[in-house]
Amino acid sequence: MREVAIIGIGVTKFGELWNKSFRALGIEAGAKAIEDANLSGSEIDGVFIGNLSAGRFINQQHIDALVADYTGMASRHIPATRVEAGGASGGVAFRQGVMAVASGMHDIVMVGGAEKMTDLDDASINSVMDATADSEWEAEMGATFASLHAMIAQRMIYEGTATREEIASVAVNSHFHGAFNPNAQFKKAVPIETVLRSGPVATPLGMFDTAPISDGAASVVLCPLEDAKKYTDNYVKVAASAQASDTLALFQRPDITSYGATVAASQKAYELAGITAADINVAEVHDVYSVGGIMALQDLGFYKKGEAGKAMLEGQCHFDSGKVAINTSGGLKARGHPIGATGVAQIVEIAHQLRGTADNRQVKDAKYGLAQNVGGTGSAVTVSILEAI
Amino acid sequence: MAGVAREWREIPGRYNLKGTKCGNCGKLFFPARSFCPNCRRASMGKMEDHDICRTGKVFTFSVVHEAPEANNLQKPYVVAMVQTDDGVMVTAQLVDVEFDKVQIGMPVRAVLRKLSTDGESGVIRYGYKFVPNE
Amino acid sequence: MDVGIVSYGAYVPRYRIKPEEIGRIWGVDGKGMGKGLMINQKSVPSPDEDVVTIATEAARNMMARVPEVDPRDIGAMYVGSESHPYAVKPTSTIVAEAIEATPNMTAADMEFACKAGTAGIQVCMGLVGSGMVKYGVAIGADTSQGAPGDALEYSASAGGAAYLIGSEKIIAKINKTLSFTTDTPDFWRREGQPYPKHGGRFTGEPAYFRHITSAAKMMLEAMGTKPEDYNYAVFHQPNGKFPTRVAAQLGFTPEQIQYGLLTPEIGNTYSGAVPLGLANVLDHAKPGDRIFVTSYGSGAGSDAFDITVTDEINNYKRDKAPVLEKILADPIYLDYGTYAKFKGKIVLPE
Repeated sequence: MREVAIIGIGVTKFGELWNKSFRALGIEAGAKAIEDANLSGSEIDGVFIGNLSAGRFINQQHIDALVADYTGMASRHIPATRVEAGGASGGVAFRQGVMAVASGMHDIVMVGGAEKMTDLDDASINSVMDATADSEWEAEMGATFASLHAMIAQRMIYEGTATREEIASVAVNSHFHGAFNPNAQFKKAVPIETVLRSGPVATPLGMFDTAPISDGAASVVLCPLEDAKKYTDNYVKVAASAQASDTLALFQRPDITSYGATVAASQKAYELAGITAADINVAEVHDVYSVGGIMALQDLGFYKKGEAGKAMLEGQCHFDSGKVAINTSGGLKARGHPIGATGVAQIVEIAHQLRGTADNRQVKDAKYGLAQNVGGTGSAVTVSILEAI
Repeated sequence: MAGVAREWREIPGRYNLKGTKCGNCGKLFFPARSFCPNCRRASMGKMEDHDICRTGKVFTFSVVHEAPEANNLQKPYVVAMVQTDDGVMVTAQLVDVEFDKVQIGMPVRAVLRKLSTDGESGVIRYGYKFVPNE
Repeated sequence: MDVGIVSYGAYVPRYRIKPEEIGRIWGVDGKGMGKGLMINQKSVPSPDEDVVTIATEAARNMMARVPEVDPRDIGAMYVGSESHPYAVKPTSTIVAEAIEATPNMTAADMEFACKAGTAGIQVCMGLVGSGMVKYGVAIGADTSQGAPGDALEYSASAGGAAYLIGSEKIIAKINKTLSFTTDTPDFWRREGQPYPKHGGRFTGEPAYFRHITSAAKMMLEAMGTKPEDYNYAVFHQPNGKFPTRVAAQLGFTPEQIQYGLLTPEIGNTYSGAVPLGLANVLDHAKPGDRIFVTSYGSGAGSDAFDITVTDEINNYKRDKAPVLEKILADPIYLDYGTYAKFKGKIVLPE
């Protein structure tokens, strides 16, 4: 098994991109990544795409073919694979790409994540998200995707693991960083009062605890670590790529305030990378709902149970705090959440941080970065660890 | 219009909380499973029908304000995870209750209610919801 | 063989609206309307309730009280209503599935305005008495609609009760049933129409009173009894006034009809009215009590029943399901807007 490097990264703006089609978005991110890797594009021998539901959002199946076609891969008959794992589609696609290169079956792989959500009406969009939970026994019973996270939050507050304010502060932290990211959907910091007073979605969570609906795409190029220097000086090492599954429905878990899949994937990832949680300098975590951020901090081992909320509330997750920086991209909440793109966008942000190209949200001397991408209510989790070279 | 077979197939679970018991390890499952995730191969052919208890307690809940169209007439509504007296967890709406009276730990029981309809001319889907069980 | 009631169960939705609140919207003295009808409030079904769910709850309460009865021994089910959720697709099969009585049984839905439930009881009596089935279930339930601004809006309510008819371990023997039936167009609803229409004062003497008194007198003559021979009487109750008057006309006292008269508290539950009234009587009845029942359905007809409570009622596990006093104990009151929303009277966007 070979070690793998990321030699190029690219991301589009995230937001309500009315003028950009799915095809246009995918190409834009891919083109940026190829350029960043100093490639012409003809070197790519495999493509992996993370996409949740183009079938329902734009009535287009066979996304692998669409992406292969429009990125110029199809004319050379390059194999393309589309991956779906709820909100973890991007992270799982990334791991597939890493495995393809590590195994020796591919030499230069492009991994993309893309989603075009805004072509559909709001009610239909929400129903697609609800379908990443248990469609028959949660969604059909009236449990919206938001309410499942809300029930986790309710239980957490009841058990004393985190307060309502601490949970809300995840969104504050994300917005704080979004203000520094020119590609973020929301580039404005918000005070905690805004989050606490925002319109209720499913109690105790409100509008500002909820990641937005977004269009966008992200892309990375992978090659064997030993070949990276041929293409660029600006590469990072994939120190670990781990993935874990769990039950589809939240109500089938022994503990709903912790994602066992995050714990399992991160333990595997730390083991593969030969490090511990304490070595991580910067992390992108899956705050599709603010409560997910608190869970991530605990499940990834950054903070002990009951202490993550306090750290987040006190601003200790800021890029310049000296502690592990969380969601310097703006997270799902502020950077945006085009679902299939998120997992790959997280990798892009971590790569920026480790390369020292994170502009004015740069974490000083970042050596190890982690990306946690979640599908459903923790039914699939990928944890990737990148290392600065 | 959605097909009718899928919901029809789920009637035993939807109307009567029919679950399964693993004949190998005795664990109860809802919804019904044909394969025990703990025993795996050892459970094949040994899964038995089991009626899940219809009384239980609220484990957690949320008042849903942004609701799908099916629930427009009742929003905001309460959704809850209920731990039945069998120790099995189910997720369902909690109805006929004033919001400020909903508490973790409150006793509830299952009833049959309308879940949704396929428009004005389509099929009506029924299933379990919970009401307070004083 | 003796045929009678083996078990019964009742259900009324939890929501209520008062006549003064209805009158407030239509610029009418609602309180006065209520007084005139002898109705203090009426029950309102939640948007997720309908005749299927009401009949199911009543039937489940009925089965809970006879845990020794295997629902698969139920050979027939008839749900009577004038607000079945489907015009075509029987309520009875859904309820039968929900109490696990299927598949070896017959079922059909009934309609005869407010007496569809008691008509079902008669059919079950025939099936049981002839030995064709071991148990039959008859349910009367409705979520009746009153046209906005019409007098019926003050009374049309929701509720139902279920009866398990059999010949073993009967808690109340049905000594006799007979009916008086004519073609009388006092109250009707055409297919596809949302609200019923009625003949105004024609619904009184030539309809309700004629049929109930005729059937009641036929029953008293057939049984050789007088009103004072009965402990309780239950009459159909579209409001509180009519049953009070017909009882007096026939010679029954206010005390005799007290338990069986629920309309003042819950409104007119149409096909559920007499079944619910009888259920409330049975909640209080003792061995040897004799009960006189006469239902009425517009269109028109009356079913009369002469019932004697048996000793078996002492063994009956009534406490395994809530009695009506408990079911009616803690209502939630609605304003007219919420009531209109619940009853589907507001035009919703597509």
